[in-house]
This record gives sequence, structure tokens and C-alpha cells, in this order.
Amino acid sequence: MAKTVRIPTPLRKLTNNEEVVQVNAGTIGEAIAELQSRYPGIRERLVDDKGDVRRFVNVYVNEEDIRFLKNQQTPLQDGDEISIIPAIAGG
Amino acid sequence: MEKHSGYMQALRCRECGREYPLTATHVCEFDFGPLEVVYDYNRIKKSLTREVIQSRPKSMWRYRELLPVANGPTIGLEVGFTPLIKADRLAKRLGVREVWIKNDAVNYPTLSFKDRVVSVALSRARELGFDTVACASTGNLANSVAANAAAAGLKAYVFIPTDLESGKIINSLIYGANVIGIKGHYDEVNRLCAEIAGKFDWAFVNVNMRPYYAEGSKSMGYEIVEQLNWKVPKHTVVCMASGSLLTKIHKSYQEFIQLGLAPGTDYKIHGAQATGCSPISTAQKAGLDFFKPVKPDTIAKSLAIGTPADGFYALKVMKDTGGAAEDVSDDELRESIRLLAETEGIFAETAGGVTVGVARKLIASGAIPEEDSLVLCITGNGLKTLDAVSGHVGQPREIRPSLREFEALVAAEARPIKA
Repeated sequence: MAKTVRIPTPLRKLTNNEEVVQVNAGTIGEAIAELQSRYPGIRERLVDDKGDVRRFVNVYVNEEDIRFLKNQQTPLQDGDEISIIPAIAGG
Repeated sequence: MEKHSGYMQALRCRECGREYPLTATHVCEFDFGPLEVVYDYNRIKKSLTREVIQSRPKSMWRYRELLPVANGPTIGLEVGFTPLIKADRLAKRLGVREVWIKNDAVNYPTLSFKDRVVSVALSRARELGFDTVACASTGNLANSVAANAAAAGLKAYVFIPTDLESGKIINSLIYGANVIGIKGHYDEVNRLCAEIAGKFDWAFVNVNMRPYYAEGSKSMGYEIVEQLNWKVPKHTVVCMASGSLLTKIHKSYQEFIQLGLAPGTDYKIHGAQATGCSPISTAQKAGLDFFKPVKPDTIAKSLAIGTPADGFYALKVMKDTGGAAEDVSDDELRESIRLLAETEGIFAETAGGVTVGVARKLIASGAIPEEDSLVLCITGNGLKTLDAVSGHVGQPREIRPSLREFEALVAAEARPIKA
């Protein structure tokens, strides 16, 4: 079984409007690389020049923010769900 | 854009500057940076003078050229222009020359500053053709969306953490809104709402309507300046959840100075958080320009956002203006709610206790000099967070309806207590 990535609206132009994409990567960093190989251009939307996840991009594995896990080294298991979400204002 | 767009010109990414049309969209496709409304300030300068403002009704809409609706407001016309109170008794207790309270605890109609942002967001949503509005909320925003949507005849969905104060939950349900409780903290509600907003064609006030919504907060700052006789205050203390209000108060001061409505002057904007959710104040105190997300644990639930979307910009505003940040414990904020109530007769919610408590710390540390004047932004009403102070304010003393019993009670209390 693979891992599922939910693609947010602003990035769907790059994924031919696919909302959900499967990857086989072992970590978040590898998942970003795998997405880039299939959807060229997606990497620079997610990470900055230094290779860090952009400051307004939040990445979650099974609902947990990767900044509470191991950032891009966060390991992925089969069946994991990855969400990529813009930061949202308060309420 | 073919359609008339008032004084708005475009949406622009705050990170990279790319521009977008004035639709219901909130993030830059390139870097996920937040989009902000761009105005035609040259045209605004020609039509918005002090005289024009003063000739209009006393609501936030007297500054309408600086608020992002194309054809004028249709929802929340009476919102804003809350009292600015000179708080001499509180000033004495805090040990500072002059304190002013901007009291949005009595904002119309739902007793918090959120009526400002919702009035803008729903007016704009209606212009853009939406019939359903929604929000992710820590309580006050849900109340305001529910009430204003009811009055406007719009359908409303509000998403809140299930553990909110009962007052805030009932205050959303009463208006007939669809209230969805999420088993998680606000950051999780937010994440879910971002995903829902991508699927449903609704006006999510703090998701796809955010560029418009957030601008409504500026009206609190415009009012402060006008009520201080067109002067920008030297110090303003603002509580921080996402950090948005603090950045918009700063923007309001900048705009008034730029438009010649207030003379240019140095001012400092200070940020207040609860220690149990203090990613922004912690970063500010450490001299960082980025923050580390946290898992909130505080009774100040309206400020319990562990991943503050405007945290970077709030840090920048404090740095640029020379402002400071502090945070207070749950006990300190409770004590400060009482201090404000006992000195000024104003019952603020937990966030107000945070603001007052932090002001006290900043005065004590010298960040706000004792000879200066400051404005405290009180954003919500204590009647909505009774749970937070219940059990900490004493109990009524009960007697039978007997004059003799009352006299005995007074006599007992007047008796000097022996050491």
C-alpha cells in the first residue's frame, strides 16, 4: 500500500486537477521529491531556496504537523495521509 | 475586473508581490503567502478627510473607503465606534500616567471585535454572490458569523473546538447556525476548514475571504486615532492569537499618517499572549523573527492558536515599531480580569485579562515608561467566558429577608480581625 497526499487547491493546476495522489516515499522529504518528479515545479512551491518548507506551508502526516514530528525527515508508513495546507488566520 | 471594485485595485501576495483579481481567494499560488487588498490611496486621499469622516454615522463604516467592499456595506452597518475610556483608576494601579481602554467588549451585535471583520467579510461575500458563509473559530468569530448571517438571511456553518466555553457555544447555536464541534484544538479545526473550503463553494470568512475579513480589524485602530483627537497613541497593547489584529492596528496607524489624517509620530505596538500558548511572545523575547508552533494549554481559549498565521508579520511589526511582547499565566490573567473590572467597571473576557496583565508586566519592566500614555485593546466580553473566572470571584453571602440578619452581617464584617 502507498501513502496518500491531499493536494490543496492552489497546487492542483500542477497535478492536472488531481485532489489525491499516491506516493511510495519513505519520508516527507522523499515524498516532495517524488511529487516533483511527476509534477515538475511543485517542489519550489513547497520549499524555499534553502530547501526548507516555506513558512506559510503547513504539512501534516495523519493530522499531525510535521514540525511536531521530524520535519522533512518524518518517516512515512503505508496508509499514511499527508495534507499540505496554507496557514489560516485566527478566529 | 470588469466590475466596479470601489477603492480596491487587486489582491497582492505579501511574500512575493504577485497580484490576483479581487475574488474569494486567500493564498498565493506560488508560495502560499497570504494575499492582501491593494487600495488606490491617491483616490482615497482626495475623498476621505476628517470632515467627511466626522459627518458620517458613528460606526466603523465611517472609514469605508479604507475597507474592502466595492459598493458599500450591506451587513453590520451599526458595528464599531465602541467607547474609548480614559481609565484613571486602572492607570494608578498599573503605575503609569495615562491609560485608555478601547472597549470592544461592547461591540455590536455580539460583544467582540470580531463583529468588525465579519461585517466586512459578509458584505464582501454578498457582493461576490455567496449564499452560505462559514468560519473556523475559537468562539467569538463563530458568534459573530452566526448572528450577522442570521440578520442578513445567509446560511451559516461554524466550526469550533468541542471544548469551548459553554457561553460561546450557546451564543452560536441561538442564531440557528449550523454549529459543528470538532474534537481537537483550534489548529486542527483550521486545518479541516482549509480542506472543507477547497471542496465547498462557501464564503469561509477566515479562509477564502481572509484578505477582506482581516482588513476589518483596521477600523479598531482608526477609531482609536479619531477618539484621541486624531493622534496616534504612543503605546498600544494588543492581544495575539494569529497575530492579525496587531498587524492591522499597525496598518491603520500607517494609513492615517500616510493620508494626512493624523500627524506622523513614533509609536510602539506591544503584543500580549497567554503563557500556555505563547509562540509569538516567546519568539519576540528571544529576538527571533520566526516562531515555533506549540500545542495550546490555556484558559484564554480565544487566543489558543498554536500555529499563528500572522505570527511572522506580528513579530516584524513589534520589531519595526520598537514594541515588546510578554505573556501571562492563567492565574495572572484571571487576576487582571478582576483588576479591570474593579477599577473601571469593565468585564473583559480572558483575552482582555491577557492584555491588561501583559501591560502591567511591560510597565513594571520599563518597556512602557511610567510617564507615557497607552491604549489597551479589549477585544471581547467577560459574560462569554464565565467558566474561566467562576469559582475565583467569591460567592454571594446569603441571608434570609430579615433586616436583623443584614445588620448582623454588616456588624460581623466591620469587626476588626485580631492578629
